[in-house]
Parts: sequence; structure tokens; C-alpha cells
Amino acid sequence: MSGHSTYEPKTGFERWLDTRLPIIRFASDTIVSFPTPKNLNYWWTFGGILALMLGIQIVSGIILAMHYVPHVDHAFDSVQRIKRDVNFGWLIQGMHANGASMFFLAVYVHMFRNLYYGSYKAPREVLWILGCVIYLLMIGTAFFGYVLPWGQMSFHGAVVITNLIGAIPLVGPAITTWLWGGFAVDNPTLNRFFSLHYLLPFMIAGVVGLHIWALHVPGNNNPTGVNVSSPDDTVPFHPYYTVKDGFAISVFLILYATFVFYLPDALGDAANYIQANPLVTPAHIVPEWYLLPFYAILRAVPNKLMGVILMFGAIATLFVLPWLDTSKVRSMRYRPTIRLYFFLFALDCIILGFCGAHAPDDMVIPGVAGLQLGDANLNSFVWLSRIAALYYFVYFWVINPLMGLTETPLPVPQSISAPVLSHPATTPTGAVASPEKRG
Amino acid sequence: MADTVVGANPDPHVTGDDPDRRDFIHIAAGVAALGLVGGLAWPFIDQMNPAGDTLALASIEFDLSKVEPGQQVVVKWRGKPLFVRNRTPKEIQEAIQGDHADLRDPATDESRHKPGKANWLVLVGTCTHLGCVPTFGGGEYGGWFCPCHGSVYDTSGRIRKGPAPKNLEVPTYAFLSDTKVKIG
Repeated sequence: MSGHSTYEPKTGFERWLDTRLPIIRFASDTIVSFPTPKNLNYWWTFGGILALMLGIQIVSGIILAMHYVPHVDHAFDSVQRIKRDVNFGWLIQGMHANGASMFFLAVYVHMFRNLYYGSYKAPREVLWILGCVIYLLMIGTAFFGYVLPWGQMSFHGAVVITNLIGAIPLVGPAITTWLWGGFAVDNPTLNRFFSLHYLLPFMIAGVVGLHIWALHVPGNNNPTGVNVSSPDDTVPFHPYYTVKDGFAISVFLILYATFVFYLPDALGDAANYIQANPLVTPAHIVPEWYLLPFYAILRAVPNKLMGVILMFGAIATLFVLPWLDTSKVRSMRYRPTIRLYFFLFALDCIILGFCGAHAPDDMVIPGVAGLQLGDANLNSFVWLSRIAALYYFVYFWVINPLMGLTETPLPVPQSISAPVLSHPATTPTGAVASPEKRG
Repeated sequence: MADTVVGANPDPHVTGDDPDRRDFIHIAAGVAALGLVGGLAWPFIDQMNPAGDTLALASIEFDLSKVEPGQQVVVKWRGKPLFVRNRTPKEIQEAIQGDHADLRDPATDESRHKPGKANWLVLVGTCTHLGCVPTFGGGEYGGWFCPCHGSVYDTSGRIRKGPAPKNLEVPTYAFLSDTKVKIG
């Protein structure tokens, strides 16, 4: 997409097309000859995995829409009919529902990869922000999609999330009514959520196009975080990374297939097998696993509006991360101090997830009466989520800016090739910098 | 507008910085386009608000004789649960005592029922926190307890504990007779 093109049309038709619509040149420059750092590890394969997951979700989703009925009286039954009666409906519905979880799993790996290797730093800020936009769109799509089966958890999840908007002073209730199209989550709500659930994936696909465009201007970051300094530091995307991505995709699909074929409901909530009933709330409303950390932040705050602000703030923080991180060193491979805080942050997100899955008053360590401090029981999940939510924000807003100024990073290699070639143990006799260029 | 080619004949339409007919046409066209987009934006936004038939179904009538003292009946109104509670004298007494407590959303019990109908409490049955349905008789004040995030309401439907910011909403309703109310 950028830089100079190495594509040479070979046939008469390719030459003819190249002067009219250079689409083959575009594809060649993007996924064949694109110069890619030669040291990318398996954490870099998740971009390809995500592209595949988006494709799977769109195709399976379009098929499900052929059988689904977006009406409060029929939605629940139509999903059950897809699972039980439609030919291979069990497979396609299972792929779609579990595909959402796999999509989020891959996106989280992709995002933590970014955090660790500093891929969001200059000149890749726009690339990172576009990724955050994709993530936001994914959350929206997943939320709308989760409402469609019209089970108890679908319905009351929609009630809780749309009521969050009611926390906005003055205009909140009017906006909520506008979103609902009525006085409660009802048929108009289901209809518009279906429409938006169909729309957003195509918007994601559009932003993915921009994301790849923004990737191909500066090129890939790499585990050392240093810039590509010579053509010796790169290999063509094909066959080196098409094959590596292909292998990673195959492994990922094994995990995905395990869920689709053997554990189709493991990631869902049993309450969603009960048809939506506005008059009865399930005892314990929880979102899908991939949104639990944000739900925990929401509930950590006793004030409704502040909880909503902090929950959205947790996502908004990601957008400004490139300017919060003051370190000039990209990769945490050479930043041993912040690396510890990073692993603590990863653990923190998992803890927040656990907090989101439990009722606020549940005890963290069962059987222990609790560390009573005034009115507060410190052995409750609400207190654990408060501490974890605090660390979430401290990591981005305090540790990241401070660490770049105070830490002493390890020496960064001169080039991508240097650490490999200069290390005697890893350089067998006769090794050359660019093995791919030998016969 | 002000581009001039050296040596070209002076264009009689170009008069320096003064607005001319082309400026007028540009501005008029721009304003017209903005007006069109702005005018169409509202219909496209407002279509999502409750439709006429949804609004038309907005009021219901309810026969109170079905509810014994100490009971609550849940009716569906505007897609939401509505609590119709026939309070016992003890519950009313507790609610009046609560008037003097430290309330988050201060309201007297008197303001939450119709005059002379202290036993009848009609409330929108959605928690003012995030819209769950509180359970009848739960919580330490004997009113309602919301299972989602632990909000506790008293026998007047006032918020006493937990994350909810407001009391359970009292809908617009009127007694048509001693045993019949019209809600909405």
C-alpha cells in the first residue's frame, strides 16, 4: 500500500487490468511482497486470526439472519429452531455464538501483544487508535448480538446496559426512551438491535481496511521494537508469514472447534435458555466473559454516574495510551521494570473478570468472616474489584508516564539482525543475514 | 475569487474582496444544503422515539379487589412491571417512621400515595439503578430488595441502601372508584 511496488504484471490480461484497476498490484503489495520484519513471533499471528474470525462471523451471521425472526414473540423460538431443526443450524449457530468468544479472545491477545511490545508508539498511534475503534465496535456488536436470542440474560442484560445511559444528567432518561423506542426494552428495541447487529460488522470490516492501511505505512513493529534499518531485516510476507499465520490459524481453529463441537454452551449462561420475561429478573445478571472486567469496574463504584464514567473511561484510556507512555523504548523486552507492572496489569484484568462474574457481596475467600473495616468488608468482591479497578487506572495514568522517565532500560540492539548475529551461540558457521535470498 | 492572471483583461465580475454574485450563490447553496441535511436529520433521529401505537397503549386499568392486605400484584405496564401493593397498617407505620430517617431521595410517605389511600402503593417495579425487578418483601426494611446490585427499598419504595440513586418511581395514576385505578 505504500512505498515502491515490486509487482510486475506477467500476462497480457494483468497488464491490461493494471493500467485500469491495479487491484492485483494492490493485493501483491499488501499480502505477497510486503516487507515484514523477519523476527516476528507467534504473538504477531493474531491479526490474521482476527481477520479470519471477522469473516467467519459475517458469513455465519448472514446465514443465521435467514432463519432468525426479530420479534419478541418469535425470537427465542426461532433461535431454538435454528439449533434444533434447521439443517446444520446447530453448527452455524454454534460457530457464531462461540465465534464471538474466540474473536474477543484473539483481540485481547492482540491488544496485550501491543502493550508489551509498545506497538502503539510513534509512528503507529493512528494504527492503535483504529484498533481501539474496532474494539469499541466489537463490544457494540457483541452486545446487540447477545440480545437477539431473547433469553432472560439477553433481555435483562439489555435492560441493565441501556439503563446505564439513564445515568447521564438531564437528557439521560430521554435518550434511554429514544434507544428503546418505547418505555422499556421491547419489540422496537429488539428490531433496531437486530438492524444494528447486522450493520456494525461491516463497519468493523471498513475500519479493518483502514487499520491495515495504517499498518502498511510504517510497517510492522517487531519483538525488539527497533525500526527496520535495512532490507536484510525483512522478509516478504509471502510465503514467510502466510505460512506462519496459517499454522497459528490452524492451532486456533482446534481450540475454536473444541468449543463448537464439544462445549457449545460452556461460555454461555444457562439463564439464556429461559425465554425473556420482563417481570422476573434473574438472580444474578452477568455479561459474557469478555466484558466482565468492565462490568466489575462499573459495580466497583457506589455512585451510578461515576460507575458509568469509569467504565467508559477504562476504554477511553486506551485511546490516549500513546501519549501516556513516555518511554522512547518500544519493547518491554528492554524495559525490565515496567515489565513487572505489565504482568501485574494482565493479572489485574483477569482478577477484574472474576470480580465481574461474582455478586458484589460474595466473599473472596469463603469461610473467612471478613476483614471488617468500619462499614466495609474487605473480603468481598466489591472491595477486590475496587482495588483492581484502581490498579487498572494507575497502570495507565501513573505507572506508564512515570516509568518512562525514571526507569533505566536495557541496551537496545542496533538492528533487528544484530542480536541474532552477534550472539556466538546462535550463529552457526556459515550463517548469513538473509537466508531467504539464497538460491 | 480573487485570482487574477497578470496581463489578462480585468474581469468585470471580480471586484476585489467585495462579495459578488458568485459568493452569494455559493453561500446560498451551502446554506440550502445544510438546511436540507439538518431538516432531514430530525425525522431520522425521531423515528426511533416511541411510535404512535406504542404511546396509545400507554395506559391501563386495574381492579384493586384482587389484592389482599399484605400482598402485591405485579402488572405489566408499558413493558415494565408495575407493583400494586396493599400495605398492612404495620407497613404503613414503618413507612411513616421512615420519613425522619436520613433519606437519599427525601420524600414523605404521604407524598407517595393518594390522599386517604395510604394502604395502596402503586410503583414502577424497576430498580432506579439499572432497571432490574426488585423482589417483594426483601431487604431489612421489609419493602423490596434488588437482587442485581443489592439496593434496598423500604415499605414506601424509598431507596435506603445500595447503589440506586432514586426512590421507586410513582407513575401517574388516578382512582376511578374505590376498587379501580387507571395507570398512565
